[in-house]
Amino acid sequence: MATTLEKKKTRPAILAPEPKHTKRRKGSWLATGITAFVLFIFLLPLGYMLVTSVKSEQMITQVGGPILPRSPATFEYEGELLDIYTVPMPDGSEMDLAMLQPGRQVSQFIDPSNPEAGPIEWEGNWRGLPPAYELDPQWQNFPRAWDLMEFPLLLRNTLVIAGLGTIGAVASSVLVAYGLARFRVPFGRSIMVVLIATIILPRFVTLVPTYALFVRIGWVDTWLPLIVPHFFANAFNVFLLRQYFLTIPKELDEAATIDGAGPFRTLWSVILPQMKAALVAVSLFHFYFAWNDFFEPMIYLSTRPDLQPISVGLRTFNTLYDSQPNLIQSGALLALIIPVVIFLFAQRIFLQGIDLSGVQK
Amino acid sequence: MAVTVDKGVAGGPATPFDPRRSRVSLDERRGRSGLWFVMPWIVGFFLWYAIPMVASLWFSFTDFNLVSGEPAEFIGLDNWQKLLSDPEVRQSAMVTIKYGAIALPVAILFPMFLAYLLVSARLRWREGFRALFFMPSIIPFVAAVLIFGGMFNGQIGWVNRMLAVVGIDGPNWFLDSTWVYPALVFIGLWGVGNAMLIFIASMNSVPATLYDAARIDGASQWSIFVHVTLPVISPVIFYNLVIALIGIFNYFLVPFVLNNGSGDPNGATLFYALYFFRVGFRLFDMGYAATLAWALFIFAVVVTGLLFWSARYWVHYEFEG
Repeated sequence: MATTLEKKKTRPAILAPEPKHTKRRKGSWLATGITAFVLFIFLLPLGYMLVTSVKSEQMITQVGGPILPRSPATFEYEGELLDIYTVPMPDGSEMDLAMLQPGRQVSQFIDPSNPEAGPIEWEGNWRGLPPAYELDPQWQNFPRAWDLMEFPLLLRNTLVIAGLGTIGAVASSVLVAYGLARFRVPFGRSIMVVLIATIILPRFVTLVPTYALFVRIGWVDTWLPLIVPHFFANAFNVFLLRQYFLTIPKELDEAATIDGAGPFRTLWSVILPQMKAALVAVSLFHFYFAWNDFFEPMIYLSTRPDLQPISVGLRTFNTLYDSQPNLIQSGALLALIIPVVIFLFAQRIFLQGIDLSGVQK
Repeated sequence: MAVTVDKGVAGGPATPFDPRRSRVSLDERRGRSGLWFVMPWIVGFFLWYAIPMVASLWFSFTDFNLVSGEPAEFIGLDNWQKLLSDPEVRQSAMVTIKYGAIALPVAILFPMFLAYLLVSARLRWREGFRALFFMPSIIPFVAAVLIFGGMFNGQIGWVNRMLAVVGIDGPNWFLDSTWVYPALVFIGLWGVGNAMLIFIASMNSVPATLYDAARIDGASQWSIFVHVTLPVISPVIFYNLVIALIGIFNYFLVPFVLNNGSGDPNGATLFYALYFFRVGFRLFDMGYAATLAWALFIFAVVVTGLLFWSARYWVHYEFEG
C-alpha cells in the first residue's frame, strides 16, 4: 500500500520533462525522426494489408507490378475503349495520351483531357511506350469478403460469446478481488500465490480432461464451454481489480458497515460506483480476449461454423480463399477494424499496461 | 494505509482489558464471510485446474480414446515409454526450443528498445508514438498472421520486393525450413505491446538521483544503461521473460494458421503444442495427449523453476519502493 502511494508520488516528477537545456532542443528532431522511422517499419504490414485489400487479382499476380492498386488507364472515345500511354513529346515533356491508331512508324493519339482537339500524330514505335497507370482501388473487395466470410454471423457469435463471458468474468472477479482485498480470508496469502501460479500453467495440461468432460455432458458444439468457465474468476482480472480495491480508502466501507450495510451491500453501493473505470477496463480486456480466442472455439465448435466466432471464421476463410490475397487482406481488415477503433477511443485504459511483477510484495 | 494501521493494532500488546480483543474474533468472522466472496475462484480452481490436472495424469496411464468409444483401460507406463521414443516428440521439442532460443531474447530486447526510444526526453509526440507502437498488440492474432503471411510471401510480399530493390533475392520465408523461424519471430514483434508498456513504466521509475550521480561520475550513455537502468528494470525483465516463456510453451496459433497445422516446411513448424493438438484433437488419442501435456507441464515447471531460482542472482527488487 505504502509502496504504491510512494510510486505515484515520484512518477510524475520523473515523467515531467527535464529542465530545458540547449542539448534537448537540438536533439529533439533527431530522436523523433528515428522513432518515426522505426514506427513506419513497424506498421508497414498494415500498409501492405490496406493496399492489397483494394487490389484486383490481376494487379497482384502481375510480377513487379505497381505497389499501389493501380491498373492501366483507359479512355472511352467514340464508343471505343482506348489504352493510355505515357508519350514523350517533341518539346521534351511527357503526356498521357490515348492511342487511337497504332502504327509502326507513326501512331495517332487522342488527348483525353482535350478530345475535341482531334488526333495527334506521334512518330516512333508505340511498342516502346510505357502504359499509363491510374489509381483504381477495388472497393468491392470488402463487400465480397463480408459476404463470403459471413461477417454478420461471425460478428453476432463473437458478441454473444464475448458479452456473456464478460458478465461472468467481471462479476466473479469483482467478488473474488473484493474478498481478497477487504477480508482476512483464511489462507488468503496462499490463495494469491496459487492464483498467480495458474497463469504460469501451460493451458494444454488441463485441456484433455476438460474436453472429455464437455463431450460427456454434451456441451461440445455449443457456446457453453466458451462462456461458463469465465464465471469462476481469473487471475489477471482478480489481480487488477484487487489493486483498484486497495486504492479505495477502507474508511468508506467502515462507514457503510457502521450504517448497517452488509459486506455485499457495501460492495454494491459504496465501492463499485467508485471503480467504474476498473470495471470498464476489465470488460474491455475480456472483450479483446474473446475476440482473439482461437484454440478453444476451434475445438469446441469445429463442426458448427454457424456458431464460430470471428477468429475461427477468419482462419476458415483463409483456407478457402488462400489463392486470393486481396480477399484475405480485406477479411483481415474487417476482423481488426472494430478492435482498432475501440482501442483508439479507449487508449488510456490499455496504455497502463498489465504488470503482475509487483505481486510478490 | 489503513491496512498497516490495522495490522499494528492486531499485532500490538494485548492487555487483559483491551477492548480490541473482541475485534480479533470479529476479524476472523469477517474473514470467513470473505471466503464466500472468494468461493467462485476456489470452486473454479478445483473444477478447471486441480481436478483436470489430476485427471490428466490419470489419463496418461490409460489408453483413453474419444473416437473408439471403448472404455479406457489402465496401461501403466506405456504412454510414457512411447513418449520417450517418439521421434515426433523429439522433433517438435527441438522445433519449439529452436524457436524459443531466437524468440525469447527478441521478446525482451525489442520491447526494451522501443521503451528506450519512447522514454527519451528528447522525443516529441510521446503519447501518440506510444499508442501507435502499442496498437498492433490489439490486432486479432489471426488477422496479424494473415497480414504477415502476405507481407513475407516469396513472390508478392513487400519484404522480398524491398530486398529486391537493394539487389537481394529474398527467400520463400514461410516455405523455407530455415527462414521460417525469423519470419515467425517477426510476427511475434506485433505482440510486444504490454511488455513495452511496463518497460516504459519501469524505466520512468528509475530514480533521477541515480542518473545524476552516474553523470557526475562521467559515465557514458551505454554504461548508464547497463549499470543504472538495467538493474532497476530487472524485475520487469524477469516478468516479461516468464510471460514470453509461457507463450512459447503454448505457441500454437501462428504455425497452425500459416501452414494449416501441417508442420510444413518439412516439419520445421511442427511445434510441440501443434503435435499435442494433432494427437488429442485429430486422432483423439486422449491418453497419449494427456501424457504429452503432462510432460510439457513437468518441463515448464523445471524451466520456470530454474528461472525463478536464477532471479536471485540478477533481479534486483531493492529499487522498488
